[in-house]
Amino acid sequence: MPSSNRPEQAHFVASLEDTPIAAVDKLDESQKARSTWADAWDSMRRRPMFWISSVLILFIVFVAVFPGLFTQVSPNTDCQLSVSNGAPSSGHPLGFTRQGCDVYSRIVFGTQASLTVGLLATLIVTLFGALVGALAGFYGGVFDAIISRVGDIFFAIPTVLGAIVLMTVIPQRTALTVALVLSVFAWPQVARIMRGSVLSASNSDYVIASTALGVSRAKILIRHVVPNAIAPVIVIATVSLGTFIVAEATLSFLGIGLPSNIMSWGNDIGQARTSIRTSPQVLIYPSIALSITVLSFLMLGDVVRDALDPKARARG
Amino acid sequence: MLWYTGKRILQMIPVFFGATFLIYFMVFALPGDPIAALYGDRPPTEAVLEQVRARYNLDQPFIVQYLLYIGGIFTGDFGTTFSGRPVSDVMAAAFPITFRLAMLALLFEAFFGILVGFVAGLRKGKWFDNSALVVSLLLISVPTFVIGFIAQYLFGVQWGIVRPTVSGDANWNELILPAFVLASVSFAYIVRLTRASVSDNLSADFVRTATAKGLSRRRVVTVHVLRNSLVPVVTFLGVDLGSLMVGAIVTEGIFIIKGVGGTG
Repeated sequence: MPSSNRPEQAHFVASLEDTPIAAVDKLDESQKARSTWADAWDSMRRRPMFWISSVLILFIVFVAVFPGLFTQVSPNTDCQLSVSNGAPSSGHPLGFTRQGCDVYSRIVFGTQASLTVGLLATLIVTLFGALVGALAGFYGGVFDAIISRVGDIFFAIPTVLGAIVLMTVIPQRTALTVALVLSVFAWPQVARIMRGSVLSASNSDYVIASTALGVSRAKILIRHVVPNAIAPVIVIATVSLGTFIVAEATLSFLGIGLPSNIMSWGNDIGQARTSIRTSPQVLIYPSIALSITVLSFLMLGDVVRDALDPKARARG
Repeated sequence: MLWYTGKRILQMIPVFFGATFLIYFMVFALPGDPIAALYGDRPPTEAVLEQVRARYNLDQPFIVQYLLYIGGIFTGDFGTTFSGRPVSDVMAAAFPITFRLAMLALLFEAFFGILVGFVAGLRKGKWFDNSALVVSLLLISVPTFVIGFIAQYLFGVQWGIVRPTVSGDANWNELILPAFVLASVSFAYIVRLTRASVSDNLSADFVRTATAKGLSRRRVVTVHVLRNSLVPVVTFLGVDLGSLMVGAIVTEGIFIIKGVGGTG
């Protein structure tokens, strides 16, 4: 068919403005390339949930560092058995525990221990898990096989169950040892995620390009692979901070977490179980404090995941 | 597939030995002499002590003890408790109860979790979805033992709908409330997982094709979306049975259930 009979044929070729190429042409090349982190920050700060959870977390950290600013009542020396399980009165807004101590004051002073355990455990697990996972994923081979199997062994033992046995062995129970014990059984999860993430990042074009340019393996790992693979680990770290606080509370509740002379929410909840039928408020208020803290970290984790995971962002 | 399955099973062998060794080692390191504890304040003569030690292989080096223990497990001998009962008897009495509790919890979380997550995923951004998300976040952030105490207090003590504690038989109907408590956290995870998976699949190509072929919305959603969305959920359920068995320790403590957690 001669083309002269089809004058509309010209329209079969879309004009440049209608093609995706136009969008590429429109990109301002002089502008500095935006990193994932800048993009993530942009998307996070538009979410009200980010600000709510951040403000809550900052407030909780502030309470943990300066408990004395929030209450004048001593949590363990002003106790009077005459007001055991007593109702709220002036100056004691949340009532009294079984020992006659001020519930509100104990919550304020218990923040520190609960938060310390959560932060320490998250720090240890994230640093160790990310390091081991990155090395295993990047170098592979025997090291990877050993790390993966050892990780499987610790992964096979549930955290709380393993911690119960390990805590009985440990002579001194402090925030640090509780955090360490929790970390012993929790690091394989982070290591696995980091390993998978590093594996997929190692196969990308920029790594091949760097290799071709003669960049050393170690430098590729540190400069190119880790920054591109760390996002899922940061997400899991934010969420696990909350779960570590719950785990510490569960251990203290079972009587093998922090010793009872250290004030923590888990200890207070555990001690309140004996008086739940007569005065449930003794159990409820520390639980609320604990839940709000965990909730803040979970919400922050949600926002961070949405910001760092472009797939979830596209779903909107 | 066969190769993959075989490889995974082979990988389980070192994990089995590693995990049992680790636990055995930790228990070994527990302070105190078990034989001295057995006799309390009036220790018998040295000869008797030695005899008892030899009977429980406690005179052997640690590694030999571990190997004897593993050998015992493979021949069905799990050892004896302090009171002289075979561990296998104790476990045979306690394990079915824990298993029943965990299975019931698994059933609840699978049914309600998938239902709520599915509806939430279909109505993303609507009020049902938002409230499902808020409830799931709350359930994750409140520790299970607190949920357990509150449920026990409200249903058992305040309203008297159920008995606050479970009898020695641990019948199915008694385990309903504990199973709901045990399932609560996993329920929240399943809601979130199903919701994300459903809303992902709703925009998948095969759903568009199915709609373009003229299938009814109902059929597209139930057959194509739901079935494909269940893949990650089923994976999660498999792994979760293990964590439910662990979580049962706490739940059994609250409701005084004579399961594995109550035997320690």
